[in-house]
Amino acid sequence: MTPGFRALFYKEILRFYKVAFQTVLAPVITALLYLLIFSHVLEEHVQVYPGVSYTAFLVPGLVMMSVLQNAFANSSSSLIQSKVTGSIIFVLMPPIAYSEFFLAYVAAAAVRGVAVGGGVFVVTLLFALPPLREPLWLIVFALLGSGLLGALGVVAGIWAEKFDQLAAFQNFLIMPFTFLSGVFYSLHSLPPFWQGVSRFNPFFYMIDGFRYGFFGVSDVSPWLSLTIVLVCFFALSLFTLQLLKTGYKLRH
Amino acid sequence: MTQPAIQISQIRKRFGELEALKGVSLSVEQGEFFALLGPNGAGKTTLISILAGLTRADSGEARIMGHDVVHDYRAARHALGVVPQELVFDPFFTVRETLRIQSGYYGVKSNDGWIDEILHNLDLTNKADTNMRKLSGGMKRRVLVAQALVHKPPVIVLDEPTAGVDVELRQTLWAFVRKLNEQGHTIVLTTHYLEEAEALCSRVAMLKQGEVVLLDRTDKLLAQHAEKKVALKLVPDSLPLALQAMKCGEQRGAHVLALQDFAQLDGVLATLRESGVRIEDMEVLTPDLEDVFVKVMHGEGRAVA
Ligand SMILES: Nc1ncnc2c1ncn2[C@@H]1O[C@H](COP(=O)(O)OP(=O)(O)O)[C@@H](O)[C@H]1O
Ligand SMILES: [Mg+2]
Repeated sequence: MTPGFRALFYKEILRFYKVAFQTVLAPVITALLYLLIFSHVLEEHVQVYPGVSYTAFLVPGLVMMSVLQNAFANSSSSLIQSKVTGSIIFVLMPPIAYSEFFLAYVAAAAVRGVAVGGGVFVVTLLFALPPLREPLWLIVFALLGSGLLGALGVVAGIWAEKFDQLAAFQNFLIMPFTFLSGVFYSLHSLPPFWQGVSRFNPFFYMIDGFRYGFFGVSDVSPWLSLTIVLVCFFALSLFTLQLLKTGYKLRH
Repeated sequence: MTQPAIQISQIRKRFGELEALKGVSLSVEQGEFFALLGPNGAGKTTLISILAGLTRADSGEARIMGHDVVHDYRAARHALGVVPQELVFDPFFTVRETLRIQSGYYGVKSNDGWIDEILHNLDLTNKADTNMRKLSGGMKRRVLVAQALVHKPPVIVLDEPTAGVDVELRQTLWAFVRKLNEQGHTIVLTTHYLEEAEALCSRVAMLKQGEVVLLDRTDKLLAQHAEKKVALKLVPDSLPLALQAMKCGEQRGAHVLALQDFAQLDGVLATLRESGVRIEDMEVLTPDLEDVFVKVMHGEGRAVA
Protein backbone atom coordinates (compact mmCIF):
# COMPACT_ATOMS: atom_id res chain seq x y z
CA MET A 1 0.00 0.00 0.00
CA THR A 2 1.43 3.31 -1.03
CA PRO A 3 1.32 6.20 1.47
CA GLY A 4 -0.91 8.38 -0.70
CA PHE A 5 -3.50 5.64 -1.04
CA ARG A 6 -3.39 4.81 2.65
CA ALA A 7 -3.87 8.42 3.79
CA LEU A 8 -6.64 9.17 1.31
CA PHE A 9 -8.43 5.91 2.12
CA TYR A 10 -8.17 6.66 5.83
CA LYS A 11 -9.48 10.20 5.25
CA GLU A 12 -12.47 8.90 3.30
CA ILE A 13 -13.30 6.32 5.99
CA LEU A 14 -12.95 8.88 8.78
CA ARG A 15 -15.19 11.26 6.85
CA PHE A 16 -18.19 8.93 6.76
CA TYR A 17 -17.45 7.46 10.17
CA LYS A 18 -17.71 10.93 11.71
CA VAL A 19 -21.22 11.30 10.38
CA ALA A 20 -22.14 7.64 10.73
CA PHE A 21 -25.62 8.59 11.86
CA GLN A 22 -26.43 9.88 8.37
CA THR A 23 -24.13 7.65 6.39
CA VAL A 24 -24.75 4.27 8.02
CA LEU A 25 -27.64 4.34 10.45
CA ALA A 26 -30.10 6.30 8.32
CA PRO A 27 -29.80 4.00 5.26
CA VAL A 28 -30.20 0.95 7.51
CA ILE A 29 -33.46 2.37 8.82
CA THR A 30 -34.63 3.17 5.28
CA ALA A 31 -34.03 -0.43 4.23
CA LEU A 32 -35.83 -1.66 7.29
CA LEU A 33 -38.88 0.43 6.38
CA TYR A 34 -38.90 -1.07 2.88
CA LEU A 35 -38.79 -4.52 4.39
CA LEU A 36 -41.63 -3.84 6.81
CA ILE A 37 -43.91 -2.32 4.20
CA PHE A 38 -43.29 -4.69 1.31
CA SER A 39 -43.31 -7.85 3.37
CA HIS A 40 -46.46 -6.74 5.17
CA VAL A 41 -48.27 -6.11 1.90
CA LEU A 42 -46.92 -9.00 -0.16
CA GLU A 43 -45.99 -11.78 2.22
CA GLU A 44 -49.33 -13.59 1.85
CA HIS A 45 -49.58 -13.20 -1.90
CA VAL A 46 -46.18 -13.73 -3.42
CA GLN A 47 -43.85 -16.66 -3.39
CA VAL A 48 -40.91 -16.19 -5.72
CA TYR A 49 -38.88 -19.31 -5.04
CA PRO A 50 -40.47 -22.49 -3.77
CA GLY A 51 -40.10 -22.82 -0.04
CA VAL A 52 -38.77 -19.26 0.38
CA SER A 53 -41.02 -16.71 2.06
CA TYR A 54 -41.36 -13.34 0.32
CA THR A 55 -39.72 -11.59 3.27
CA ALA A 56 -36.73 -13.92 3.08
CA PHE A 57 -36.59 -13.36 -0.68
CA LEU A 58 -36.58 -9.63 -0.13
CA VAL A 59 -33.70 -9.52 2.35
CA PRO A 60 -30.77 -10.13 -0.05
CA GLY A 61 -32.16 -7.64 -2.55
CA LEU A 62 -32.51 -4.96 0.09
CA VAL A 63 -29.06 -5.67 1.46
CA MET A 64 -27.52 -5.42 -2.00
CA MET A 65 -29.51 -2.30 -2.87
CA SER A 66 -28.13 -0.65 0.27
CA VAL A 67 -24.60 -1.76 -0.58
CA LEU A 68 -24.86 -0.29 -4.06
CA GLN A 69 -26.58 2.98 -3.18
CA ASN A 70 -24.27 3.74 -0.30
CA ALA A 71 -21.10 2.92 -2.18
CA PHE A 72 -22.24 5.36 -4.86
CA ALA A 73 -23.24 7.97 -2.30
CA ASN A 74 -19.88 7.82 -0.54
CA SER A 75 -17.51 8.60 -3.37
CA SER A 76 -19.87 10.95 -5.21
CA SER A 77 -20.83 13.08 -2.23
CA SER A 78 -17.30 13.26 -0.90
CA LEU A 79 -16.03 14.51 -4.25
CA ILE A 80 -18.81 16.99 -4.91
CA GLN A 81 -18.50 18.41 -1.40
CA SER A 82 -14.80 18.95 -1.67
CA LYS A 83 -15.20 20.41 -5.15
CA VAL A 84 -17.90 22.85 -4.08
CA THR A 85 -16.03 23.95 -0.95
CA GLY A 86 -12.68 24.02 -2.76
CA SER A 87 -11.01 21.64 -0.31
CA ILE A 88 -10.40 19.23 -3.20
CA ILE A 89 -7.07 21.04 -3.63
CA PHE A 90 -5.80 19.30 -0.50
CA VAL A 91 -5.90 15.98 -2.32
CA LEU A 92 -4.86 17.39 -5.70
CA MET A 93 -1.68 19.16 -4.55
CA PRO A 94 0.08 16.24 -2.80
CA PRO A 95 2.04 13.63 -4.76
CA ILE A 96 -0.87 11.20 -5.08
CA ALA A 97 -1.02 9.25 -8.34
CA TYR A 98 -4.35 9.13 -10.15
CA SER A 99 -4.45 5.36 -9.66
CA GLU A 100 -4.05 5.77 -5.89
CA PHE A 101 -6.76 8.41 -5.96
CA PHE A 102 -9.10 6.03 -7.78
CA LEU A 103 -8.38 3.07 -5.51
CA ALA A 104 -8.76 5.08 -2.32
CA TYR A 105 -12.16 6.51 -3.25
CA VAL A 106 -13.45 3.17 -4.56
CA ALA A 107 -12.16 1.16 -1.60
CA ALA A 108 -13.64 3.59 0.93
CA ALA A 109 -16.94 3.52 -0.98
CA ALA A 110 -16.90 -0.26 -0.84
CA VAL A 111 -16.29 -0.18 2.91
CA ARG A 112 -19.26 2.13 3.42
CA GLY A 113 -21.45 0.03 1.11
CA VAL A 114 -20.54 -3.20 2.86
CA ALA A 115 -20.93 -1.60 6.30
CA VAL A 116 -24.45 -0.43 5.51
CA GLY A 117 -25.28 -3.74 3.80
CA GLY A 118 -24.05 -5.61 6.87
CA GLY A 119 -26.17 -3.39 9.10
CA VAL A 120 -29.24 -4.01 6.98
CA PHE A 121 -28.61 -7.75 7.05
CA VAL A 122 -28.30 -7.78 10.83
CA VAL A 123 -31.53 -5.90 11.47
CA THR A 124 -33.49 -7.94 8.90
CA LEU A 125 -32.45 -11.10 10.76
CA LEU A 126 -35.17 -10.14 13.21
CA PHE A 127 -37.74 -10.78 10.48
CA ALA A 128 -36.44 -13.54 8.30
CA LEU A 129 -33.45 -15.77 8.04
CA PRO A 130 -32.54 -16.54 4.45
CA PRO A 131 -30.21 -19.55 4.11
CA LEU A 132 -26.57 -18.82 3.33
CA ARG A 133 -25.95 -21.50 0.73
CA GLU A 134 -23.05 -20.00 -1.24
CA PRO A 135 -21.35 -17.38 0.97
CA LEU A 136 -18.39 -17.01 -1.36
CA TRP A 137 -20.61 -15.78 -4.19
CA LEU A 138 -22.25 -13.41 -1.80
CA ILE A 139 -18.93 -11.87 -0.82
CA VAL A 140 -17.72 -11.65 -4.41
CA PHE A 141 -20.85 -9.84 -5.58
CA ALA A 142 -20.92 -7.50 -2.58
CA LEU A 143 -17.32 -6.46 -3.21
CA LEU A 144 -17.64 -6.16 -6.97
CA GLY A 145 -20.97 -4.35 -6.78
CA SER A 146 -19.77 -1.85 -4.20
CA GLY A 147 -16.56 -1.30 -6.19
CA LEU A 148 -18.53 -0.74 -9.39
CA LEU A 149 -20.86 1.75 -7.75
CA GLY A 150 -17.95 3.39 -5.93
CA ALA A 151 -16.31 3.97 -9.32
CA LEU A 152 -19.56 5.25 -10.76
CA GLY A 153 -19.72 7.63 -7.80
CA VAL A 154 -16.25 8.90 -8.66
CA VAL A 155 -17.39 9.59 -12.23
CA ALA A 156 -20.53 11.36 -11.02
CA GLY A 157 -18.59 13.35 -8.42
CA ILE A 158 -16.08 14.49 -11.04
CA TRP A 159 -18.72 15.32 -13.63
CA ALA A 160 -21.21 17.15 -11.40
CA GLU A 161 -20.45 20.77 -10.65
CA LYS A 162 -23.33 21.36 -8.27
CA PHE A 163 -25.26 19.32 -5.77
CA ASP A 164 -28.40 19.28 -7.89
CA GLN A 165 -26.53 17.82 -10.84
CA LEU A 166 -25.44 15.00 -8.60
CA ALA A 167 -29.00 14.59 -7.34
CA ALA A 168 -30.16 14.33 -10.96
CA PHE A 169 -27.57 11.63 -11.61
CA GLN A 170 -28.85 9.79 -8.56
CA ASN A 171 -32.57 10.21 -9.32
CA PHE A 172 -32.52 9.53 -13.04
CA LEU A 173 -29.84 6.88 -13.24
CA ILE A 174 -29.05 5.12 -9.99
CA MET A 175 -32.59 4.93 -8.55
CA PRO A 176 -34.37 3.56 -11.65
CA PHE A 177 -31.58 1.07 -12.29
CA THR A 178 -31.70 -0.24 -8.74
CA PHE A 179 -35.48 -0.39 -8.54
CA LEU A 180 -35.77 -2.06 -11.93
CA SER A 181 -33.17 -4.63 -11.04
CA GLY A 182 -35.28 -7.23 -9.29
CA VAL A 183 -34.85 -6.15 -5.71
CA PHE A 184 -38.53 -6.64 -5.05
CA TYR A 185 -39.38 -9.34 -7.58
CA SER A 186 -37.96 -12.12 -9.70
CA LEU A 187 -37.28 -11.46 -13.34
CA HIS A 188 -39.62 -14.31 -14.24
CA SER A 189 -42.60 -12.51 -12.74
CA LEU A 190 -42.22 -9.72 -15.33
CA PRO A 191 -43.88 -9.61 -18.78
CA PRO A 192 -41.46 -10.72 -21.54
CA PHE A 193 -40.76 -7.16 -22.73
CA TRP A 194 -39.57 -6.01 -19.30
CA GLN A 195 -37.64 -9.21 -18.85
CA GLY A 196 -35.77 -8.29 -22.03
CA VAL A 197 -35.15 -4.75 -20.81
CA SER A 198 -33.89 -5.96 -17.44
CA ARG A 199 -31.27 -8.07 -19.15
CA PHE A 200 -29.53 -4.84 -20.19
CA ASN A 201 -29.43 -3.60 -16.62
CA PRO A 202 -26.11 -4.42 -14.93
CA PHE A 203 -27.73 -3.87 -11.55
CA PHE A 204 -29.95 -6.87 -12.23
CA TYR A 205 -26.90 -9.15 -12.46
CA MET A 206 -25.36 -7.74 -9.30
CA ILE A 207 -28.54 -8.38 -7.33
CA ASP A 208 -29.27 -11.73 -8.90
CA GLY A 209 -25.74 -12.98 -8.30
CA PHE A 210 -25.81 -11.72 -4.74
CA ARG A 211 -29.12 -13.47 -4.13
CA TYR A 212 -27.64 -16.69 -5.50
CA GLY A 213 -25.20 -16.52 -2.58
CA PHE A 214 -28.13 -16.85 -0.21
CA PHE A 215 -30.47 -19.28 -1.92
CA GLY A 216 -28.27 -21.15 -4.35
CA VAL A 217 -30.99 -20.34 -6.89
CA SER A 218 -31.18 -17.35 -9.19
CA ASP A 219 -32.82 -16.04 -12.35
CA VAL A 220 -29.69 -16.46 -14.44
CA SER A 221 -26.48 -18.39 -13.88
CA PRO A 222 -24.17 -16.71 -11.34
CA TRP A 223 -21.31 -17.23 -13.80
CA LEU A 224 -23.10 -15.12 -16.37
CA SER A 225 -23.75 -12.46 -13.74
CA LEU A 226 -20.14 -12.57 -12.63
CA THR A 227 -18.88 -12.17 -16.19
CA ILE A 228 -21.14 -9.22 -16.88
CA VAL A 229 -20.38 -7.49 -13.61
CA LEU A 230 -16.63 -8.00 -14.07
CA VAL A 231 -16.74 -6.61 -17.60
CA CYS A 232 -18.71 -3.58 -16.40
CA PHE A 233 -16.36 -3.07 -13.48
CA PHE A 234 -13.24 -3.14 -15.61
CA ALA A 235 -14.70 -0.98 -18.35
CA LEU A 236 -15.90 1.62 -15.87
CA SER A 237 -12.61 1.53 -13.98
CA LEU A 238 -10.63 2.13 -17.15
CA PHE A 239 -12.93 4.98 -18.08
CA THR A 240 -12.65 6.54 -14.62
CA LEU A 241 -8.87 6.16 -14.57
CA GLN A 242 -8.73 7.89 -17.92
CA LEU A 243 -10.81 10.80 -16.60
CA LEU A 244 -8.51 11.12 -13.61
CA LYS A 245 -5.39 10.85 -15.72
CA THR A 246 -6.44 13.71 -17.98
CA GLY A 247 -7.55 15.73 -14.96
CA TYR A 248 -11.03 16.14 -16.44
CA LYS A 249 -12.90 18.84 -14.45
CA LEU A 250 -10.38 18.54 -11.62
CA ARG A 251 -7.22 20.12 -13.00
CA HIS A 252 -8.01 23.00 -15.35
CA MET B 1 25.80 25.57 -9.62
CA THR B 2 22.75 24.67 -7.57
CA GLN B 3 19.32 24.13 -9.07
CA PRO B 4 16.96 27.09 -8.98
CA ALA B 5 14.16 26.49 -6.45
CA ILE B 6 11.61 27.48 -9.08
CA GLN B 7 12.20 27.69 -12.78
CA ILE B 8 9.42 28.82 -15.05
CA SER B 9 9.97 29.11 -18.76
CA GLN B 10 7.60 30.41 -21.39
CA ILE B 11 4.45 29.39 -19.57
CA ARG B 12 1.26 30.16 -21.47
CA LYS B 13 -2.28 29.61 -20.29
CA ARG B 14 -5.59 30.47 -21.85
CA PHE B 15 -9.06 30.37 -20.32
CA GLY B 16 -11.23 30.48 -23.42
CA GLU B 17 -10.74 33.91 -24.97
CA LEU B 18 -8.65 35.18 -22.10
CA GLU B 19 -4.91 34.75 -22.24
CA ALA B 20 -4.15 34.62 -18.53
CA LEU B 21 -0.40 33.98 -18.93
CA LYS B 22 1.42 35.15 -22.03
CA GLY B 23 4.72 33.34 -21.92
CA VAL B 24 5.96 33.92 -18.41
CA SER B 25 9.55 33.09 -17.55
CA LEU B 26 11.27 33.60 -14.25
CA SER B 27 13.41 31.74 -11.82
CA VAL B 28 13.80 31.89 -8.09
CA GLU B 29 17.04 30.77 -6.48
CA GLN B 30 17.22 28.53 -3.45
CA GLY B 31 16.97 30.44 -0.20
CA GLU B 32 15.46 33.54 -1.77
CA PHE B 33 12.56 35.49 -0.32
CA PHE B 34 10.75 36.46 -3.49
CA ALA B 35 7.67 38.60 -4.12
CA LEU B 36 5.28 38.10 -7.00
CA LEU B 37 3.28 41.28 -7.33
CA GLY B 38 0.60 42.49 -9.66
CA PRO B 39 -2.95 43.80 -9.68
CA ASN B 40 -5.97 41.52 -9.43
CA GLY B 41 -6.29 39.33 -12.47
CA ALA B 42 -2.62 39.64 -13.42
CA GLY B 43 -2.25 35.86 -13.36
CA LYS B 44 -0.42 35.29 -10.06
CA THR B 45 -2.78 32.61 -8.77
CA THR B 46 -2.87 30.90 -12.15
CA LEU B 47 0.91 30.74 -12.18
CA ILE B 48 0.99 29.30 -8.66
CA SER B 49 -1.70 26.76 -9.60
CA ILE B 50 0.49 25.58 -12.46
CA LEU B 51 3.39 25.07 -10.05
CA ALA B 52 1.11 23.11 -7.73
CA GLY B 53 -0.31 20.94 -10.51
CA LEU B 54 -3.84 22.28 -10.02
CA THR B 55 -3.82 23.87 -13.45
CA ARG B 56 -2.06 22.68 -16.56
CA ALA B 57 -0.16 25.11 -18.72
CA ASP B 58 -0.94 25.17 -22.45
CA SER B 59 2.75 25.36 -23.18
CA GLY B 60 6.05 26.03 -21.49
CA GLU B 61 7.48 24.25 -18.52
CA ALA B 62 7.94 24.70 -14.82
CA ARG B 63 10.31 23.00 -12.41
CA ILE B 64 10.48 22.88 -8.64
CA MET B 65 13.98 22.09 -7.36
CA GLY B 66 14.75 20.81 -10.82
CA HIS B 67 11.69 18.53 -11.05
CA ASP B 68 9.23 19.09 -13.86
CA VAL B 69 5.78 19.74 -12.39
CA VAL B 70 4.10 17.49 -14.97
CA HIS B 71 6.51 14.68 -15.79
CA ASP B 72 8.15 14.43 -12.41
CA TYR B 73 5.17 15.62 -10.41
CA ARG B 74 5.80 13.44 -7.37
CA ALA B 75 9.22 14.90 -6.65
CA ALA B 76 8.05 18.39 -7.62
CA ARG B 77 5.09 18.28 -5.24
CA HIS B 78 7.15 16.85 -2.39
CA ALA B 79 9.35 19.91 -2.73
CA LEU B 80 6.50 22.42 -2.75
CA GLY B 81 4.08 23.75 -0.15
CA VAL B 82 1.36 26.16 -1.28
CA VAL B 83 -0.83 28.32 0.91
CA PRO B 84 -3.85 28.94 -1.32
CA GLN B 85 -5.49 32.31 -1.71
CA GLU B 86 -9.01 31.03 -1.03
CA LEU B 87 -9.96 30.23 2.56
CA VAL B 88 -10.78 26.55 2.04
CA PHE B 89 -11.12 23.85 4.67
CA ASP B 90 -12.54 20.37 5.13
CA PRO B 91 -15.39 20.72 7.61
CA PHE B 92 -15.26 17.11 8.80
CA PHE B 93 -12.01 17.26 10.72
CA THR B 94 -10.24 18.92 13.62
CA VAL B 95 -7.08 20.93 13.12
CA ARG B 96 -4.86 18.05 14.21
CA GLU B 97 -6.71 15.50 12.08
CA THR B 98 -6.38 17.81 9.10
CA LEU B 99 -2.64 18.09 9.61
CA ARG B 100 -2.15 14.36 10.21
CA ILE B 101 -4.09 13.48 7.08
CA GLN B 102 -2.14 16.03 5.10
CA SER B 103 1.13 14.52 6.40
CA GLY B 104 -0.08 11.12 5.28
CA TYR B 105 -0.62 12.34 1.71
CA TYR B 106 3.10 13.13 1.60
CA GLY B 107 4.04 9.83 3.17
CA VAL B 108 5.24 11.47 6.38
CA LYS B 109 4.60 9.12 9.28
CA SER B 110 4.27 10.02 12.97
CA ASN B 111 4.59 13.71 12.30
CA ASP B 112 3.21 14.91 15.64
CA GLY B 113 6.49 16.48 16.75
CA TRP B 114 6.66 18.76 13.72
CA ILE B 115 2.89 19.35 13.75
CA ASP B 116 3.14 20.56 17.36
CA GLU B 117 6.00 22.86 16.41
CA ILE B 118 4.03 24.37 13.53
CA LEU B 119 0.96 24.80 15.73
CA HIS B 120 3.08 26.52 18.36
CA ASN B 121 4.68 28.88 15.86
CA LEU B 122 1.30 29.84 14.45
CA ASP B 123 -0.32 30.25 17.86
CA LEU B 124 -2.71 27.41 17.17
CA THR B 125 -1.78 25.02 19.98
CA ASN B 126 -4.99 25.48 21.92
CA LYS B 127 -7.08 25.00 18.78
CA ALA B 128 -5.53 21.64 17.87
CA ASP B 129 -8.62 19.63 18.74
CA THR B 130 -11.17 22.14 17.49
CA ASN B 131 -13.22 21.31 14.43
CA MET B 132 -12.28 23.37 11.37
CA ARG B 133 -15.85 24.68 11.05
CA LYS B 134 -15.60 26.37 14.43
CA LEU B 135 -12.49 28.42 13.64
CA SER B 136 -12.53 32.11 12.75
CA GLY B 137 -11.29 33.18 9.32
CA GLY B 138 -7.89 34.15 10.68
CA MET B 139 -7.52 30.79 12.41
CA LYS B 140 -8.49 28.94 9.24
CA ARG B 141 -5.83 30.92 7.41
CA ARG B 142 -3.23 29.78 9.94
CA VAL B 143 -4.27 26.17 9.41
CA LEU B 144 -3.80 26.64 5.67
CA VAL B 145 -0.27 27.79 6.37
CA ALA B 146 0.28 24.81 8.65
CA GLN B 147 -1.05 22.44 5.99
CA ALA B 148 1.45 23.74 3.47
CA LEU B 149 4.30 23.01 5.86
CA VAL B 150 3.57 19.47 7.16
CA HIS B 151 6.04 17.87 4.77
CA LYS B 152 8.78 20.48 5.34
CA PRO B 153 8.91 21.53 1.70
CA PRO B 154 12.06 23.36 0.64
CA VAL B 155 9.92 25.73 -1.45
CA ILE B 156 6.97 27.54 0.11
CA VAL B 157 4.54 29.67 -1.88
CA LEU B 158 2.04 31.91 -0.11
CA ASP B 159 -0.75 33.36 -2.23
CA GLU B 160 -1.97 36.52 -0.50
CA PRO B 161 -1.69 35.02 2.96
CA THR B 162 -2.41 38.30 4.71
CA ALA B 163 -5.40 39.51 2.70
CA GLY B 164 -8.10 40.45 5.17
CA VAL B 165 -6.10 39.26 8.14
CA ASP B 166 -5.54 41.17 11.37
CA VAL B 167 -2.26 42.80 12.30
CA GLU B 168 -1.44 40.26 14.98
CA LEU B 169 -1.63 37.34 12.59
CA ARG B 170 0.39 39.19 10.00
CA GLN B 171 3.18 39.65 12.50
CA THR B 172 3.03 36.06 13.78
CA LEU B 173 3.02 34.80 10.24
CA TRP B 174 5.91 36.93 9.01
CA ALA B 175 8.03 36.09 12.03
CA PHE B 176 7.50 32.39 11.31
CA VAL B 177 8.04 32.69 7.58
CA ARG B 178 11.20 34.72 8.13
CA LYS B 179 12.47 31.99 10.43
CA LEU B 180 11.75 29.36 7.79
CA ASN B 181 13.62 31.46 5.25
CA GLU B 182 16.61 31.76 7.59
CA GLN B 183 16.57 27.98 7.92
CA GLY B 184 17.01 27.75 4.17
CA HIS B 185 13.46 27.47 2.82
CA THR B 186 12.77 29.38 -0.36
CA ILE B 187 9.77 31.66 0.06
CA VAL B 188 7.59 33.14 -2.66
CA LEU B 189 4.74 35.37 -1.72
CA THR B 190 2.09 37.41 -3.41
CA THR B 191 0.60 40.23 -1.44
CA HIS B 192 -1.38 43.39 -1.80
CA TYR B 193 0.54 45.05 0.98
CA LEU B 194 3.56 46.36 -0.84
CA GLU B 195 5.30 47.41 2.33
CA GLU B 196 5.34 43.73 3.32
CA ALA B 197 7.04 42.77 0.09
CA GLU B 198 9.47 45.64 0.49
CA ALA B 199 10.34 44.71 4.05
CA LEU B 200 10.67 40.97 3.46
CA CYS B 201 11.61 40.20 -0.09
CA SER B 202 15.01 40.57 -1.64
CA ARG B 203 13.68 40.22 -5.18
CA VAL B 204 10.46 41.18 -6.86
CA ALA B 205 8.63 40.26 -10.05
CA MET B 206 5.69 42.32 -11.21
CA LEU B 207 3.08 40.68 -13.32
CA LYS B 208 0.66 42.63 -15.45
CA GLN B 209 -1.99 41.05 -17.66
CA GLY B 210 -0.15 37.78 -17.83
CA GLU B 211 3.31 39.20 -18.49
CA VAL B 212 6.32 39.82 -16.30
CA VAL B 213 6.86 43.55 -16.66
CA LEU B 214 9.54 43.92 -14.07
CA LEU B 215 11.96 41.58 -12.35
CA ASP B 216 14.77 42.82 -10.14
CA ARG B 217 16.27 43.12 -6.71
CA THR B 218 14.08 45.15 -4.40
CA ASP B 219 16.82 47.60 -3.45
CA LYS B 220 17.78 48.15 -7.09
CA LEU B 221 14.19 48.77 -8.05
CA LEU B 222 13.80 51.31 -5.32
CA ALA B 223 17.02 53.02 -6.35
CA GLN B 224 16.22 53.05 -10.07
CA HIS B 225 12.52 53.39 -10.44
CA ALA B 226 11.29 55.40 -7.57
CA GLU B 227 12.07 59.08 -7.87
CA LYS B 228 13.85 60.75 -5.04
CA LYS B 229 11.64 63.32 -3.45
CA VAL B 230 12.09 66.15 -1.02
CA ALA B 231 9.37 68.02 0.80
CA LEU B 232 10.25 71.67 1.42
CA LYS B 233 8.44 74.05 3.71
CA LEU B 234 9.25 77.56 2.56
CA VAL B 235 9.14 81.05 4.06
CA PRO B 236 7.63 82.93 2.34
CA ASP B 237 5.53 80.12 0.99
CA SER B 238 6.14 80.57 -2.70
CA LEU B 239 8.06 78.25 -4.94
CA PRO B 240 10.30 80.08 -7.43
CA LEU B 241 9.20 79.79 -11.05
CA ALA B 242 12.38 77.98 -12.00
CA LEU B 243 11.48 75.13 -9.69
CA GLN B 244 7.80 74.76 -10.66
CA ALA B 245 8.61 72.10 -13.25
CA MET B 246 10.03 69.80 -10.58
CA LYS B 247 7.05 70.03 -8.31
CA CYS B 248 5.06 66.84 -8.09
CA GLY B 249 2.73 67.47 -5.20
CA GLU B 250 2.18 68.95 -1.79
CA GLN B 251 2.28 67.44 1.60
CA ARG B 252 1.18 69.15 4.80
CA GLY B 253 1.87 72.62 3.44
CA ALA B 254 5.23 71.60 1.96
CA HIS B 255 6.11 71.53 -1.71
CA VAL B 256 7.20 68.09 -2.89
CA LEU B 257 9.88 68.14 -5.57
CA ALA B 258 10.95 65.16 -7.62
CA LEU B 259 14.68 64.85 -8.24
CA GLN B 260 16.65 62.78 -10.69
CA ASP B 261 19.28 62.34 -8.01
CA PHE B 262 20.33 64.08 -4.87
CA ALA B 263 23.03 66.07 -6.67
CA GLN B 264 20.19 68.15 -8.09
CA LEU B 265 19.50 69.33 -4.58
CA ASP B 266 22.46 71.72 -4.80
CA GLY B 267 20.83 73.59 -7.65
CA VAL B 268 17.50 73.69 -5.86
CA LEU B 269 19.04 75.22 -2.75
CA ALA B 270 20.95 77.78 -4.82
CA THR B 271 17.80 78.84 -6.66
CA LEU B 272 15.92 79.24 -3.39
CA ARG B 273 18.73 81.35 -1.93
CA GLU B 274 18.83 83.57 -4.98
CA SER B 275 15.06 84.08 -4.81
CA GLY B 276 15.31 85.03 -1.16
CA VAL B 277 13.24 82.08 0.04
CA ARG B 278 14.20 80.43 3.30
CA ILE B 279 13.73 76.74 4.08
CA GLU B 280 11.82 76.27 7.28
CA ASP B 281 11.71 72.50 7.14
CA MET B 282 12.99 69.85 4.79
CA GLU B 283 12.21 66.16 4.59
CA VAL B 284 13.71 63.59 2.26
CA LEU B 285 10.97 61.20 1.21
CA THR B 286 12.19 57.62 0.90
CA PRO B 287 10.90 55.85 -2.17
CA ASP B 288 8.77 52.78 -1.64
CA LEU B 289 7.65 49.86 -3.73
CA GLU B 290 4.25 51.41 -4.05
CA ASP B 291 5.72 54.19 -6.22
CA VAL B 292 7.44 51.65 -8.43
CA PHE B 293 4.31 49.57 -8.62
CA VAL B 294 2.08 52.45 -9.58
CA LYS B 295 4.59 53.67 -12.17
CA VAL B 296 4.99 50.25 -13.73
CA MET B 297 1.33 49.43 -13.75
CA HIS B 298 0.51 52.69 -15.44
CA GLY B 299 2.32 51.69 -18.53
CA GLU B 300 5.98 52.35 -17.98
CA GLY B 301 6.88 48.72 -17.55
CA ARG B 302 7.86 46.70 -20.58
CA ALA B 303 7.85 42.96 -20.73
CA VAL B 304 11.23 41.74 -19.59
CA ALA B 305 10.71 38.03 -19.96
N1 LIG C 1 -10.54 28.66 -13.92
C1 LIG C 1 -10.63 29.81 -14.60
N2 LIG C 1 -11.49 29.94 -15.62
C2 LIG C 1 -11.56 31.08 -16.32
N3 LIG C 1 -10.82 32.18 -16.07
C3 LIG C 1 -9.94 32.12 -15.07
C4 LIG C 1 -9.79 30.94 -14.28
N4 LIG C 1 -8.84 31.17 -13.35
C5 LIG C 1 -8.41 32.45 -13.55
N5 LIG C 1 -9.06 33.01 -14.57
C6 LIG C 1 -8.84 34.37 -15.10
O1 LIG C 1 -7.45 34.50 -15.34
C7 LIG C 1 -6.99 35.80 -14.97
C8 LIG C 1 -5.89 35.69 -13.97
O2 LIG C 1 -6.45 35.30 -12.73
P1 LIG C 1 -5.58 35.04 -11.44
O3 LIG C 1 -4.46 34.14 -11.79
O4 LIG C 1 -6.51 34.59 -10.37
O5 LIG C 1 -5.03 36.49 -11.11
P2 LIG C 1 -4.41 37.08 -9.78
O6 LIG C 1 -4.14 35.94 -8.84
O7 LIG C 1 -3.15 37.76 -10.22
O8 LIG C 1 -5.39 38.04 -9.22
C9 LIG C 1 -8.22 36.54 -14.46
O9 LIG C 1 -8.72 37.34 -15.50
C10 LIG C 1 -9.18 35.44 -14.10
O10 LIG C 1 -10.50 35.88 -14.25
MG1 LIG D 1 -4.82 35.64 -6.97
